[in-house]
Amino acid sequence: MRRVAVTGAGVVSALGVGVSSFWSALRAGTSGIGPIRAVDCSGIKFSNGAEVPDFNPLLHFDAKTAGQLDRSVQFAGIAAAEAIAHSGAALVPERTAVVTGCAIGGKPTEDHTYRLLYAEGRTRFDPMSIPKVMTSASASYISMRHGITGPCYTVSTACASAAHAIGQAFWMVRSGQVDVAVTGGTEAPVTLGMLRAWEAMRVVAPDTCRPFSRDRRGLILGEGAAVVVLEDLDAAVARGARVHAEICGFGMSSDAGHLTAPSADGAARAMSAALRDAGLDATQIGYVNAHGTGTAANDSTETRAIRAVFAAPPLVSATKSMHGHALGASPALEAVATILALRDGVLPPTAHFTEADPECDLDVIPNRARDVQVEAALSNSFAFGGLNAVLAFRRYVGSGQE
Amino acid sequence: MPETISERVRRVVAETQKLPADRVQDESTFRELGIDSLDGLNILFALEEEFAVEVPDDAAKEFASVREAVEGIERLLAAKNA
Repeated sequence: MRRVAVTGAGVVSALGVGVSSFWSALRAGTSGIGPIRAVDCSGIKFSNGAEVPDFNPLLHFDAKTAGQLDRSVQFAGIAAAEAIAHSGAALVPERTAVVTGCAIGGKPTEDHTYRLLYAEGRTRFDPMSIPKVMTSASASYISMRHGITGPCYTVSTACASAAHAIGQAFWMVRSGQVDVAVTGGTEAPVTLGMLRAWEAMRVVAPDTCRPFSRDRRGLILGEGAAVVVLEDLDAAVARGARVHAEICGFGMSSDAGHLTAPSADGAARAMSAALRDAGLDATQIGYVNAHGTGTAANDSTETRAIRAVFAAPPLVSATKSMHGHALGASPALEAVATILALRDGVLPPTAHFTEADPECDLDVIPNRARDVQVEAALSNSFAFGGLNAVLAFRRYVGSGQE
Repeated sequence: MPETISERVRRVVAETQKLPADRVQDESTFRELGIDSLDGLNILFALEEEFAVEVPDDAAKEFASVREAVEGIERLLAAKNA
């Protein structure tokens, strides 16, 4: 089977537009969490979020195209263009795949049109409403914009969406079904309807996101997109591409248990499956980018899962403390953080950390990044509905150096 | 005679959980009634509607039995009418 290289990455997040702003903020432990601007939060129990700052689609699309794309698709389009340019790959249309992850589709468009319908009594809709709200709009846009004619689809598994997407894309490249995959996830959940719905779940923090801290009070909603370019490692090396890391494993499991309560067993089985798929021993893993939402239940359960898989737990951090929980896009943001951590030998911290919790007895790299070169790493994603997906990456040290 | 707060809480719990009314007693814990965290969210939602109060997230964590829910609602109603 082929080895698979990550040769490009693109990001739009609360830490700005572009991989470099994302990575420099994560390395500095800078959080993108602040007061929500897109929605008037009066009367809602929380008012902080992780929105893309000063996002102006007209800096990235002509006016006509911008009007045809939901905010979530704009994010994906920008991230994909950056990833493809960054990779330098010359895409062979029918040998390239696009696989995106998205949990909720074009909610900003939906919220806007429903407000016109229900609150203002308008009966004429934007004719683009349907193609804007479909969950797969990002995959279609990337395919059309870059002339990619191979397998193209979207995976929707709530907050694990992009991990399932990247994992499937990785398997397609590894098996030789395609040579290159453009894959990641996108989400734009900051609408009044979504904020009220999340409020009713009582899992959003009124202050900020403090994963693994004893005083954590919940998650912080975020938005954005991240896309990576995966390709046959030998071909990438042959064309002189920079290999940022290898993607080497993908594991999935289902809790088959509770709709919202996480299961340590399900999470542990997904991590073990990713290790098996990668042919890695647990001792080779030096870092886990945790699902780490900052809810009471997730972080203690994830700690138990990590301890079940690793006799000596690796370093762990939760970058959601900085880019927020961008639902189906989160796994893609975290995959990019993990890839760059392996490339640069810097592990991003868990920001906003205040106080250790005995139920989360891991080294979570509190508040300050750590210069540690690890050999391999996992990125965990666990969705409501019990759907778990874990990606494994390994440092690429170049041919002849292994 | 109007329903007491306790009767109203028990009715709301029984209705949202589709339980026979006599199964829900003041002494019943949510665990005994098979009520998990997600059921608890639905009960809180229904109690907020029934009593026109808002149960803060921190207070909600203390609702683990019918009696605790009744006491919590009584405190919220007292604060509202103060």
